[in-house]
Amino acid sequence: MTNKHQKPRVAFFDFACCEGCQLTVLQLEDKLLELLRHVEVVEWREAMSGQADSYDIAFCEGSITREEDVDRVKKIRETAGTLVALGSCAAIGCHNALKNRWSMEEVRNVVYGNGSVHFNTIPARPIASVVKTDYQILGCPASLPEIDRVIKCILTGQKYPLPNQPVCVECKLNDTLCVFEKGEVCLGPVTRCGCNAICTAYGDACHGCRGLMDGANLMAAVKVLTAEQRHPIMDAVARRYGASREEIRSWFTLYNGPELRMEKEPEAK
Amino acid sequence: MTDTCIHIHHLTRVEGHGDITVRIRNGSLEEVRFSVVEAPRFFEAFLRDRDYNEVTHLASRICGICAVSHRGAALKATESAFDSEISDQSLLLRRLAFHGEILSSHVLHIYFLAAPDYLGVPSLLHWAKRDRDTVLRAMRLKQTAYDLCKWVIGRHTHPVAMNVGGFPFVHNTRQLAPLREALVASMADIRDTVSLFNSFSIPTFERDTEYISLSHPDQYAIYDGDIVSSEGTKIPPRQYRDIIHEYIVPYSTAKYARANRPEYMVGALARVNNNFGQLSPFAREIADLAGLTVPCFNPFMNTTAQIVECAHCLEDSVQIIDRLLETGICVEDEQTEIRPCAGGGVGAVEAPRGILFHEYEYDEKGKCLSANLVIPTAQNLGNLEADMRAFTPGVLHQEEGAIAHALEMLVRAYDPCISCSTHVVRLE
Repeated sequence: MTNKHQKPRVAFFDFACCEGCQLTVLQLEDKLLELLRHVEVVEWREAMSGQADSYDIAFCEGSITREEDVDRVKKIRETAGTLVALGSCAAIGCHNALKNRWSMEEVRNVVYGNGSVHFNTIPARPIASVVKTDYQILGCPASLPEIDRVIKCILTGQKYPLPNQPVCVECKLNDTLCVFEKGEVCLGPVTRCGCNAICTAYGDACHGCRGLMDGANLMAAVKVLTAEQRHPIMDAVARRYGASREEIRSWFTLYNGPELRMEKEPEAK
Repeated sequence: MTDTCIHIHHLTRVEGHGDITVRIRNGSLEEVRFSVVEAPRFFEAFLRDRDYNEVTHLASRICGICAVSHRGAALKATESAFDSEISDQSLLLRRLAFHGEILSSHVLHIYFLAAPDYLGVPSLLHWAKRDRDTVLRAMRLKQTAYDLCKWVIGRHTHPVAMNVGGFPFVHNTRQLAPLREALVASMADIRDTVSLFNSFSIPTFERDTEYISLSHPDQYAIYDGDIVSSEGTKIPPRQYRDIIHEYIVPYSTAKYARANRPEYMVGALARVNNNFGQLSPFAREIADLAGLTVPCFNPFMNTTAQIVECAHCLEDSVQIIDRLLETGICVEDEQTEIRPCAGGGVGAVEAPRGILFHEYEYDEKGKCLSANLVIPTAQNLGNLEADMRAFTPGVLHQEEGAIAHALEMLVRAYDPCISCSTHVVRLE
């Protein structure tokens, strides 16, 4: 960072994404004005005019999906003292990686037909797999309280250890009825918490947008969800959920495509 | 006169990446282009093979600011494919969610993206030093819109509780009273917004064009209606391909769209032009205060039309809330049973930036076979370039920086949202 008497210079950048995480930053509302007493925002295409050659802290949203973006994020890394992956597209690749199950030629043709020759697109990957990131903010979209916490950590020079408990913990603290109790499938048991289990609180299931927590027992989750158990109790559980391998693969790869490839993937038989 | 080439790389204060190129030779306009340089994300390719629930879940991820309308269009297309209807209560709740999104998105554009041009600052946050009240008003309005979305669907960006068949979760009406109060209080903020914009000198440029939007017999169309054009066409959403023709232009791989004329405009101005008589009384009062009469052919007035729509969304939300407070919310009314079947469906809604189409084909298990998404900004591209061609000669006498700024303001008036990046690709 620059010398102590200067405010740190902050810049926002985005790659392939919906820009919802930057919008969430704007939802800091009056905290944003407070924050501006401590930092100077020098580039934020979505919210202000002007571009900056130098900055101390770079928030990067989105996944890398083009060769030119690899170069661009490397340049940002060289310039910024601190690089923050903002949101799950940047941190884990998120749903952008869903296209990776096909050849890039095919996905181009499906969307753009004859015009597709004009593009280059590469398999989507998280920013964190191209350059070192100093902070990661997870979620699709990133959660407001976590953005707030991470910004405080950055400004006070502290590390932000990602929470490493399953979403189930927060869900139970909210007194929400377990999704499995409703006979539906939920990725809460293997997904990293930090979202205050908002999806289950609003009657949905966890789709895993914050990525797998460290040491998540994927194989056990798959076994529970399929009818592969030989234990009477587990069999009963499995009969209730009775999911096919194909369905399970679909759930698990909705947001975790690239991450799963790095770990043990629930392979089809 | 010297030759000039203006190139604005990564236009700021818009959603997504776009460039403006203008070439002037011997004082006359040679080329005008607005090119989208966003990294494409291929939703239509990767939605294939996904279960219908995942399709609608992912659809909101197309855009962080239009997440409710993308999800809404996907829900309607899917429900239409499965021949399924939602309850009247769900319909009211969805309309509330749409109002919350339009309010939130319009306030963002009015204050954070457009106003800095007139205030002469790089961002609204820079304005806080001079006039903190204006900035706090913008934030207060956005917070109210956000609270409205939060009550119905958990959050504005990527709604949670809005599924095929209805809502998996509904709040009781206890929290509605304070929300109603905040919405009513926002009306004064909208009046102040008009006063602020009345103090700006909005360019007087006009160009006659075609306006396309939804239209509904009983209400100002946002969630439901037929497709109507200012040229007189009226067709149901499932026939959208009969009027909306996407095409490729020789100099670009971006898909453009035309209808009756070579180009048309969608968005707040199109809606206000087509359905002015159905705006709420407060919205019409605001239109009057702002000097907006229809038909209006000035694209810069799109921002004013957004202020008018904010007024409408506020007033209509209050009315919907009053109905809910009167009847109460019935949990049993939610989530009609869904039976997937093979077939296709089209969903058309009004996103903040204009009419939005989602079309899906499903197999008998509800797995997606194909998807087609026609987004507002892509539909506006042809009209935007036509406006730029007509507008630029009038500002050519200015210096290069001023021409560039005037063009940026014109593009911004459209509130282009290119981060969704389906069907909009770079120019080579």
